Amino acid sequence: MILEKLQGRFAPEILASHQDKGDLTVIVRKDKLAEILDYLKNDPDLSFEMLMDVCGVDYLPKGEKPRFEAVYHLYSLTKNHRLRLRVKVAEEDMTIPSACNLWKSADWHEREAFDMFGFIFEGHPNLKRLLLFEGFVGHPLRKDYPMERRQKIPVPEEKPS
Amino acid sequence: MEQSNENLPTEKMALNVGPAHPATHGALRFFVELDGETITKASTEIGYLHRAFEKHSEHSTWSQVIPYTDRLNYCSSLLNNVGYCFAVEKLLEIEIPERAKFIRVIVSELARIMDHLICVSTSAVDLGGLTNFWYFFNVREKIYDFTEKLCGARLTTNYTRIGGVMRDLSPDFADGIRGVLKDLDKAILDVTRLIERNRIFMDRTQNVGILSKEDAISWGFTGPCLRATGVPYDVRKAQPYYYYDTYDFEIPVGTTGDTYDRLMIRVEEMRQSAKIIEQALARIPGGPVISNDPKIALPPKERVYGSIEGLMNHFMLLIDGIKPPKGEVYGAIEAANGELGFYIVSDGEQRPYRIHCRPPCFPICSAFVKMVEGGMIADAIAVLGSLNIVVGELDR
Repeated sequence: MILEKLQGRFAPEILASHQDKGDLTVIVRKDKLAEILDYLKNDPDLSFEMLMDVCGVDYLPKGEKPRFEAVYHLYSLTKNHRLRLRVKVAEEDMTIPSACNLWKSADWHEREAFDMFGFIFEGHPNLKRLLLFEGFVGHPLRKDYPMERRQKIPVPEEKPS
Repeated sequence: MEQSNENLPTEKMALNVGPAHPATHGALRFFVELDGETITKASTEIGYLHRAFEKHSEHSTWSQVIPYTDRLNYCSSLLNNVGYCFAVEKLLEIEIPERAKFIRVIVSELARIMDHLICVSTSAVDLGGLTNFWYFFNVREKIYDFTEKLCGARLTTNYTRIGGVMRDLSPDFADGIRGVLKDLDKAILDVTRLIERNRIFMDRTQNVGILSKEDAISWGFTGPCLRATGVPYDVRKAQPYYYYDTYDFEIPVGTTGDTYDRLMIRVEEMRQSAKIIEQALARIPGGPVISNDPKIALPPKERVYGSIEGLMNHFMLLIDGIKPPKGEVYGAIEAANGELGFYIVSDGEQRPYRIHCRPPCFPICSAFVKMVEGGMIADAIAVLGSLNIVVGELDR
């Protein structure tokens, strides 16, 4: 039902979809993402009131183009159904429309995804690092960030006594 | 005559709480701007306990991730073990043995009780009531004795395995836990008698840190904090797993969504968890506790030392590891704080391609600022305690 409704409205935007292991996944184009999320939240038959999670995946070792994917997990309290929405994000253009105006939980989830992958969520009110410190170089969950790399934690300058 | 402070010269004060402050229960930091004792602005800073759980997982085999999950919510590590293995088994599309399912329910509910015991008692400590803490921690200690018997550890349990659980329950487990549940009942009675109708406690918690139903949903709240606002969402009822739909238990919901509701719901949930454990102990079937698929679970030691097939299976599983099929899953269970989700991407190799954990207190912590702005500084401590932010799972 979710898929039919989405196909009825956004057929050209849907790149692929599959129902695997009980989870419905829809892969959509990035440019209309804001509209699609708005529709998913506000359509009375879909009514995804909750944005459970936003995260990224880096497909660099798989040689996929575009390289990144942003993954949204939505849940509807009234209909008790879930949906996974994936968008492809190219390395050259890391912008994604922000979902902050739809769900307040998008704030931190998007900040974390920015922190870990470097996605630029357009329209986010406060896109700063969340888990890592200011001054950290790079985005550690990218596959080309080596696990062994250590960075110096900046310490405030000591005041002269 | 009305008294006014308007003409008194005041200036705003910036106050920093944490990252090492007893009331934050972990390395969490928040800044507040105070006008007198009223918070005019607040902000949170997290990440002090970031341990790169997700990055480490990508470099570990599927089984090696299980000990890392202990460290997520260290107040209820058993629930994290169950949550991760539940997601991996969903990816593998396997059914675990019946007995393992019941054991997982029992340990999950024990972990939920332990988590709620900590949350309620430490919240009361923050508000100045130390006695409740001893009543609850006595019981918690008794449960820990059984956790220790079960898996040799108290906090870092590492109890579940992909395909089942590490070890069967000890013979005295059922009777022992029944005894502990009686003690728990008594402790809950002791504590509720002390705080439920306590004027000071009610004044400090009622109508403090209220979040409306709509806001809580929008902020992504789950678990007791969402149910306090009146939304009866619980993964155990909404998408039942491990036969939770066949157990007789209630989902307590609150009315106002204030600090009092959040704490009292946890107290009631402990009673419901005890009910579930009693039913599970009565219904638990015999049989193996881990899958006998040699590609998933290690064979028993007798077979490793006693037969060539067993030895080979053991060797192959240790060298090659489990290789789930290509695909992706989102497995969610009801942890003590709410929905604990694992989004897992597998490329068919012996290491997870990507694991993302959705910790229940992450969205809850993001709303903390909004809940305390406009309130008093002392109320911020009360609110923080009732949200039960566990920094281990917040920062991962």
